[in-house]
Amino acid sequence: MFKRMQSPVAPEQDGFELCVDGTPITAQNGETVALAMLNAGIVPFRHTAVSGQARAPLCLMGVCFDCMVEIDGRLVQSCMVDARPGMRVTLLTGARDIGAAE
Amino acid sequence: MTSIACDTVIVGGGVVGLSIAYGFARRGDRVAVLDEGDVAFRAARGNFGLVWVQGKGAKNPDYARWTMAAAALWPAFAEELAAQADTDLQLCQNGGLSICLNQSELETRASELQALRTQLASNYPFEVLDAKALRGLVSEVGPEAVGAIYCPLDGHVSPLRLLHALVTGIQARRGTLLPGHTVENIIPRGGEFEMQAGGKRFSAGRVVLAAGLGNRALAPMVGLNAPVKPVRGQILVSERIKPFLRLATLTVRQTGEGVVQIGDSKEDVGFDDSTTIDQLAHIAHRAVRCFPKLQNANLVRCWGALRVMTPDGYPIYEGSAEYPGAYVITCHSGITLAAAHAGPLVEWMLGRARFSDIGGFGAERFHV
Amino acid sequence: MTTRECDLLVIGGGPAGMAAANAGAALGLKTLLMDEQMQAGGQIYRNINGVSGHLGALLGPDYLHGRELAARLRGSAVETHFGTLVWEVTADREVSAQKNGQSFRLRAKQIIAASGAMERASPVPGWTLPGVMNAGAAQIALKSGASLPAGRVVLAGGGPLLFLVACQLMDAGAEITAIVETSPAANLLRALPHLPTALTAPAYLIKGLSMMRKIRVAGIPWFRQASALSIDGRQQVEAVRFHSRGQDQRIAADVVLLHHGIIPNTQIGRMLRIEHAWNQGQLCWHPILDSWGETSSPGIRIAGDGGGIAGALAAEASGMIAAYGAAYTLGKITEPERDRGTAMMRRLLDRHRRIRPFLDALYQPPEWLLQPSDDVVVCRCEEVTAGRIRKMASQGCTGPNQTKFFSRCGMGPCQGRICGLPVTQILARELRRDPGEVGAYRIRPPLKPIPIGSLAALDSTTTTGDDYGN
Ligand SMILES: Cc1cc2nc3c(=O)[nH]c(=O)nc-3n(C[C@H](O)[C@H](O)[C@H](O)COP(=O)(O)OP(=O)(O)OC[C@H]3O[C@@H](n4cnc5c(N)ncnc54)[C@H](O)[C@@H]3O)c2cc1C
Ligand code: FES
Repeated sequence: MFKRMQSPVAPEQDGFELCVDGTPITAQNGETVALAMLNAGIVPFRHTAVSGQARAPLCLMGVCFDCMVEIDGRLVQSCMVDARPGMRVTLLTGARDIGAAE
Repeated sequence: MTSIACDTVIVGGGVVGLSIAYGFARRGDRVAVLDEGDVAFRAARGNFGLVWVQGKGAKNPDYARWTMAAAALWPAFAEELAAQADTDLQLCQNGGLSICLNQSELETRASELQALRTQLASNYPFEVLDAKALRGLVSEVGPEAVGAIYCPLDGHVSPLRLLHALVTGIQARRGTLLPGHTVENIIPRGGEFEMQAGGKRFSAGRVVLAAGLGNRALAPMVGLNAPVKPVRGQILVSERIKPFLRLATLTVRQTGEGVVQIGDSKEDVGFDDSTTIDQLAHIAHRAVRCFPKLQNANLVRCWGALRVMTPDGYPIYEGSAEYPGAYVITCHSGITLAAAHAGPLVEWMLGRARFSDIGGFGAERFHV
Repeated sequence: MTTRECDLLVIGGGPAGMAAANAGAALGLKTLLMDEQMQAGGQIYRNINGVSGHLGALLGPDYLHGRELAARLRGSAVETHFGTLVWEVTADREVSAQKNGQSFRLRAKQIIAASGAMERASPVPGWTLPGVMNAGAAQIALKSGASLPAGRVVLAGGGPLLFLVACQLMDAGAEITAIVETSPAANLLRALPHLPTALTAPAYLIKGLSMMRKIRVAGIPWFRQASALSIDGRQQVEAVRFHSRGQDQRIAADVVLLHHGIIPNTQIGRMLRIEHAWNQGQLCWHPILDSWGETSSPGIRIAGDGGGIAGALAAEASGMIAAYGAAYTLGKITEPERDRGTAMMRRLLDRHRRIRPFLDALYQPPEWLLQPSDDVVVCRCEEVTAGRIRKMASQGCTGPNQTKFFSRCGMGPCQGRICGLPVTQILARELRRDPGEVGAYRIRPPLKPIPIGSLAALDSTTTTGDDYGN
């Protein structure tokens, strides 16, 4: 849904990988997980627990919670978390399974 | 100023007042419910939603009987309301657990219930589960749980949906709900009662005070007494998660929406319904010890609410001797008792049931 | 966990927060600054420390102005905690916060909440579809990640930020298919009386006019006084529909950016139950503050857009003023020092506020946006429609705390941030009352969801068996 700008001066850096539902995507330094996912064309981010509606980010500033994903077992707003190499992101369909405690 | 006339005025639109109003409306009375505004101390909106029997009346068999009767009335009550309001109340009475984290807690509870069973001289069902049996019933309990008391009569319901259904039911029977109408005074006059609220005047042949903590001030206006005081409880709620907890427990339950509710403290702090981190952390910690996987669930909201407590914790159901037609109704477990309040209690106020049928909880026990 | 103490805690690292913290530390206060974001900057100066030269130039001098504030913060004695969510504040100024998944507590003698603003919700049919975003979101993507909405982009709504985002996206190479302005014609008449005041601080007007010229020169289709805005799509946005130029319009789009102005984020203040007032000019709540930013809760101050929308430069000034107020209360400076130290800031603040009445009137959102049709979801989290809220009003709900209880409206993870204003406005209309009387959600901790384990770890009591029911 988003794309990275073509910079005339700085060529695109190499970036790094994180995993979304098992599929690797590339992120650039400084991108939030939400932005990396938008740039990778991931739509939607989740299906609601109420009716199963598809949702994707509305605000990118931590207000709407439509960007919620599970990252390494924690439910977070992906627009508030910087992407890091090796992160494991899980998209949510309906209510979350909180899994076993570590 | 003309006054609005009706058969019964209920003061208080919490779960106690609405259950009673529904009971009267169902029997053909024209009712009006007068309630406070958007922000008020409302136990009915802050409670935990248990329909709970085990342990109730451990030292008072009458209360135990009354609670059991109320729980038994619940299924039909819920069905009736659900049909009217077109909403499932999420009533689930498939038993409840008190999970114990140490052996002495388990033993204390077990011996209390055993004593009650003997006193009741009737079938009082409960089971003491050891750690293994508990895990067999609810696989998610943590290693710190040493056992639990299981009572098949226990259950839970959505307090939100209950209130909504009661409101719908009352309105369907031409009852009037008036929030933002705080009752300032009640004047008995010629066998009737006149009230001033929200700039309007009301008159009725019967007035039922179900104003929770407000009853304390209102009861003397009609020759009654309601020595209630607030006891704060703090509650935590989580995000919606996949169903994992089949049975309600005394401190953790999962609602029909998937939200996990965790409660609750008992604090004597006056009219303060705020939350404190010390208590919340303590409640959260206990819940995590019972169900370790909860530590990963997100906490969405916490609140404090004030319980309505009489000195001995039992209800007050009393009619005014001085001004017949005036009643004060006060109790702590308004969800558990809702079906009984809409049924036998209303029957008693209509003169169709005996006082002993409703447990005999007069206020004279506090006149020493 | 030991409880820490500081003189001044600043919540928020935008212009107001950075200015407040810088001033506090300079005045000798032991100052902490916390922000949930990973870097200083807030919304307007997002990524100010990391932005590339090229992108910085594109975003312009207003943006780059933040560099100085951020540099001063780095060089100051302020102890900064980024990636730190403040999730509870009490009237006793005890604060609970979470960093790296761990909660901790601290106590502050003075608190300045500079938690900023957010965009007003635009509840139109289809606004929950993926591909519909706030205009500010696109700007954030640009600032923080040099990224652009892909495909055909339509901007819809009104307000200076809408045009600013349009210009910035255009410069960055986005394909803008249309701008759909929803401000009704009557706004112009309402705004005109405020024009003379606005002209006494003309810089904003000049900027605004040059943005509009840029859009016109670029030849982007620009629809005005649009109404009946809705968004079509099955799984994601397909088109925008509206009525303008006397006929129904449909424009195919991949991304729709909505914007109807910004409003203060009042969550912290509401949790503290400080006094708020309804602002009929800006159609939002704002906290009641004294001239040193202090709220009705002693020692708790609010600075920046969280106290009322006035923009980044005003936010900076109000942050400094609040810090001087705090330092004076703590006995670090005398009254003359306080007054002298802030005299210039006050003049600036006054100047930056002069444009507001004009802009507020000109870009007041249309009535149809504030009163969505019955089938529109207003509470996105719990999927409660406007119709359901109206029905609850007829069932006797007099305020948002009652509708919340009946429908779970406002009880989801966003805790009413998005639906708070629309619900109040819908109820006010239904009940024929002033929004100020209808009231707002009572906010309870945590300010944002945190793992239960993070709270449980704060338990310091020795655990015994809990007593149970009577
Ligand atoms: C999306 C958007 C885009 C905008 N773009 C422009 C623009 O291009 N040009 C312009 O002139 N104006 C713009 N504005 C307006 C401008 O952002 C404000 O005038 C200015 O940022 C106000 O500064 P502030 O310090 O009050 O708040 P902010 O800059 O919003 O800073 C508040 C900070 O507080 C943090 N915070 C909030 N709550 C907590 C908490 N509980 N715990 C920890 N941290 C917390 C937030 O993460 C944020 O970093 C925009 C506004 C928005 C909402
Ligand atoms: S996109 Fe709104 S909270 Fe992340």
